[in-house]
Order: sequence, then structure tokens, then C-alpha cells
Amino acid sequence: MAEKPVYLDHNATTPVDPRVLEFMLPYFTEHFGNASSRSHPYGLEAAHAVEFAREQIASLIGAEAKEIIFTSGATESVNLAMKGVFETYASKGNHIILLETEHKAVMDTASTLEKKGAAVTILKPESNGMIQPDLLEAAIRPDTILIAAMYANNETGVIQPVQAISAIARKNGVLFFTDATQAVGKIPVQVEQDGIDLMAFSAHKMYGPKGVGALYVRRKQPRVKLTAQLDGGGHERGLRSGTLNVPGIVGFGKAAEICKQEMAADTKRLAKLRDKLEHAFLQMEEVQVNGDTNHRLPHVTNITFRYIEGDGLMLGFNQKVAVSSGSACSSALTEPSHVLIAMGLTADQAKSTLRFSLGRYTKEQEIDFAIKAISDTVMKLREISPLWEMYKEGMDLDQFNWPG
Amino acid sequence: MAYSLKVMDHYLHPRCAGSLDEPLQHIGTALVGSPLTGAVIRIQIHVDEDTQMIKAARFKTYGCGYAIATSSLLCEWLTGLSLEDALQIDAQAINYELELPPVKYVCSKLAVKAIRNAIRDYRHKHPVKMAS
Ligand SMILES: Cc1ncc(COP(=O)(O)O)c(C=O)c1O
Repeated sequence: MAEKPVYLDHNATTPVDPRVLEFMLPYFTEHFGNASSRSHPYGLEAAHAVEFAREQIASLIGAEAKEIIFTSGATESVNLAMKGVFETYASKGNHIILLETEHKAVMDTASTLEKKGAAVTILKPESNGMIQPDLLEAAIRPDTILIAAMYANNETGVIQPVQAISAIARKNGVLFFTDATQAVGKIPVQVEQDGIDLMAFSAHKMYGPKGVGALYVRRKQPRVKLTAQLDGGGHERGLRSGTLNVPGIVGFGKAAEICKQEMAADTKRLAKLRDKLEHAFLQMEEVQVNGDTNHRLPHVTNITFRYIEGDGLMLGFNQKVAVSSGSACSSALTEPSHVLIAMGLTADQAKSTLRFSLGRYTKEQEIDFAIKAISDTVMKLREISPLWEMYKEGMDLDQFNWPG
Repeated sequence: MAYSLKVMDHYLHPRCAGSLDEPLQHIGTALVGSPLTGAVIRIQIHVDEDTQMIKAARFKTYGCGYAIATSSLLCEWLTGLSLEDALQIDAQAINYELELPPVKYVCSKLAVKAIRNAIRDYRHKHPVKMAS
């Protein structure tokens, strides 16, 4: 068996930190109780563990424990937040604003709501991936009930001007929901300073287990009300029925605690490695970094290697380095990333784009290895690319009339 | 998608990649596809005017591993063929040889289009030179 490739795809998921796993294990076996069974020590033990995790998570984001609702992950949190607000605030209005660069979970929830009568406005970002706050303000109408703007983008790492967005929401009496799945645990996210009313995030993006996430729901100024999306036993203040995933929640809590303690050091180290990677690729011609480099997650870079095709590029090194591409491959057709398209890239540029996301265990040798493996592939493919040759001969390929 | 060993072999060690360094009149060239559709193939053939045989074939391809492998295999086959035989190569033979998955039959179709266009280009440059 060949050695496993270097993992630079932490925005897809992170490994569970061994300290997190250790913390979780007793809750599968010894402390297996149902956190709702408060009549005996088994249940009480589980309930205490859940409340402890709730505190740990609340502490990471500057919230109160009661404001944390446990879910199965960010996708569920997004659904609960958007559908829950839409149903609860129907008498106030039906207009929802979101960014074109949102994750599928938000985009698709919005289109479901549209079928149920919501009016949806999708805002285009600048070419750097950031939203112009004036554009947002102009989009608000009397019947606007919700602004959904992600904290940090999963593909580019671009961080939105969250405080400017929330100020506009506040001023206009509109709720502000942020999908902070990629931001929480990586950069300081503070619900008070950031003016967040609802926030989705997930354990598996911050060295916790998969299948557990949270929705932050503000309780004061304003008190946000939601309609539950699952009927059942009325867990989580009636907002999310279903027996709690105790080991998962315990792990989520521990992961949050570690992130809080180690964020500053991790950030510093990873930004250095990310910059090294990025600078090495920028030594080559016709390589471009996508997204605002001053407002970006420290461990992420999104890079277009022009004049070579994305799948062909990936094939050259995917046994050596694991990254994501700027396309969603659905067997027959490869769809270019809607995020990169929204930022003005052409479909073929989007397809020859790679997303690198570093993580807690990424080592400098791994970065050096990735630089070599990918640079070699890029050079080799350009050598046999007719587009590269045409570009080198000075042709303007954007104006070229392709024979088809 | 799993790539067949043959596709990987051509992708990692492309045969006949590059350009032909011959006077233009001996060369038939075709450029097919577009970046938007995911593949651009350029094929060049160097034809012996007297024998009507392909002395050398070269490709440059922008595309996925399948598109590169298809071009590489085709150029390997072309070398030493008569133009008439080259015109007989069909996409199915490439599909079979490289064990292409059906969604990638577009690659072999494009490559076949490239060789046919390259031969047409050559013949266009030599309109009167028929069998002697
Ligand atoms: C920005 C963003 N939102 C939502 C999700 C979905 O998270 P989960 O896998 O926890 O449902 C992801 C993960 O891919 C993400 O990156």
C-alpha cells in the first residue's frame, strides 16, 4: 500500500484531535445514558456532560450556554435557522437576502423557501469575494426578514465584513444569520461584537467528530424565535427534537475548548505555511490567487493555474496531495464552482483552480512536498497544452473563436 | 472515477506529445474542442508526399486524463499509417483500447475529429497530388 497523500483539504473535514477522542470514548460505553433520562444517574451524567459541552462551545463564541442548540451538523443548523425564521416571521414579511457565494446548504434552503413563497434576493460579491455593504443596504425592503451572509467562505477563505453587515441588519430591524462553519474555531468569532442573531457551525470542521453541530440562537436584543423543523420529544428547548448525540456533543465541546486555547498559535503557524505555499506557486506564470488576501482565513488559499484543465491537473498529483478543485464533479459533467463564477472567473478558469486548506497537523515538509508535486504537474501539463502554447505566442484566448 | 492502467500510462508518459518542426506544406494540422467543453486537442501529422504515409504525428491537449490519453494513443497509432488507413480509425477502437467509461466517449470522438480534420487540412494543401 502506497503512503497516503498529504492532506490539505481541512475545509472539507478535519481529523478528530486525539484529545477530543479520548474525552468522547467513555460516553459510548460507561456513561451511555440518555441526557433526557433525568430520573437516574445514567441520564444525569449524560445531561451534565452535555451542559458542560454547551458551556465550552458558548465560551468559544462569547455566547450564553442557553443560546446553543445542538444539531446534526451545519447543514441542519442552516435549515433550522432559515426555515425556522421564515415560518415564524411570516406575518412580518417573506423577503430573504443572501450572498451568491453561500454554501449549497444555504443556497438550496433558500430555493426551497422560494417555492414556499419566499422572495429571495441574491447579492453578487465584488471580484475579491466580499460583499459591498451598500449593496446590501439597498436590497433591504420593508418585508425583509432575514439576511444570510456566511462568515468565511469554504472555497476561498474570504471573510465577509460581518460587523458592517450586522450593523445594517440591526439598523433595519432585520435578523442576521451567518453560516460560520469555516470560521468558528479558526478565527475569533464573537456573537456580541459581531452582532450575530443566528449562527450555524459544525464540529467536524474544528477537529471534533462528524454528525454534530450547533445553531446559536440569540436570546436577548432581540430574542430570536424559531419554528422547529423536527417534531418529537421537544429536546433543545423544543427547537430540535431527538435524543442528543452525547459522545458527539462531548467531543464538540472539547474541540471548542482546544480551539479557544490554541487558535492564536495555530493561526500564526498556519498562515506562515499557507503563505509559503502560495508564494511558491506565484513564482510560476499565469497563476492567480482568488479572493481578498487581506480578509481571509489564515489556513486557506484558492489558486487558479491557467491554461491547463482541472481534472487533468488533479490526476497528476492526487495520489500525493489531497486537495479540492474548483469544480463539483458529477460523473458526466464537471460543474464549475458557483463561488468562483460569482467572483468573475470563467468556467474554465474555475475548473483549473485548486483549494488548499491546511490544518492543525500540517507540517512544513508536507508543504514543501505539495509545492513540488503540484508545480511539476503544472509544468508538465503546460508543456503539452495547446492553450499554453497559444498564450505564449501572444494570442488572446478570451477572444479566440474556438472550433468546437 | 477510476482510471484504467492504460489511461494512466498514457497520461503519465504521453507518446508523441509536442509540435512538428517541419515546413508547413508537409504538415496537416487540426485544432478541435474548446476550453468550455473541457478539452482542446491539436493534432499535427507529417505526411510523406509520395507514399501518402504519416511519418510522424504529434499532439498537444488541454483536458482531463482521458483526453490526454486518447490523443496520445491516437498519435501512437497514426505513426506509419497511410492516410486512408488513418481515416478508418474510429472512436470505438479507442474506447475499447483505453477502456474508457461511456461518459468519456466524448474524448475519443473529439480525437477522431482531430485526425480527420488534420488529414483534410493536409489534402487541402495538396489538392492535385493524388495517386501517382
Ligand atoms: C460553509 C459551510 N456551510 C455548511 C457546511 C455543511 O456542514 P455539515 O457537513 O456539518 O452539514 C459546510 C461543510 O461542507 C461548509 O463549508
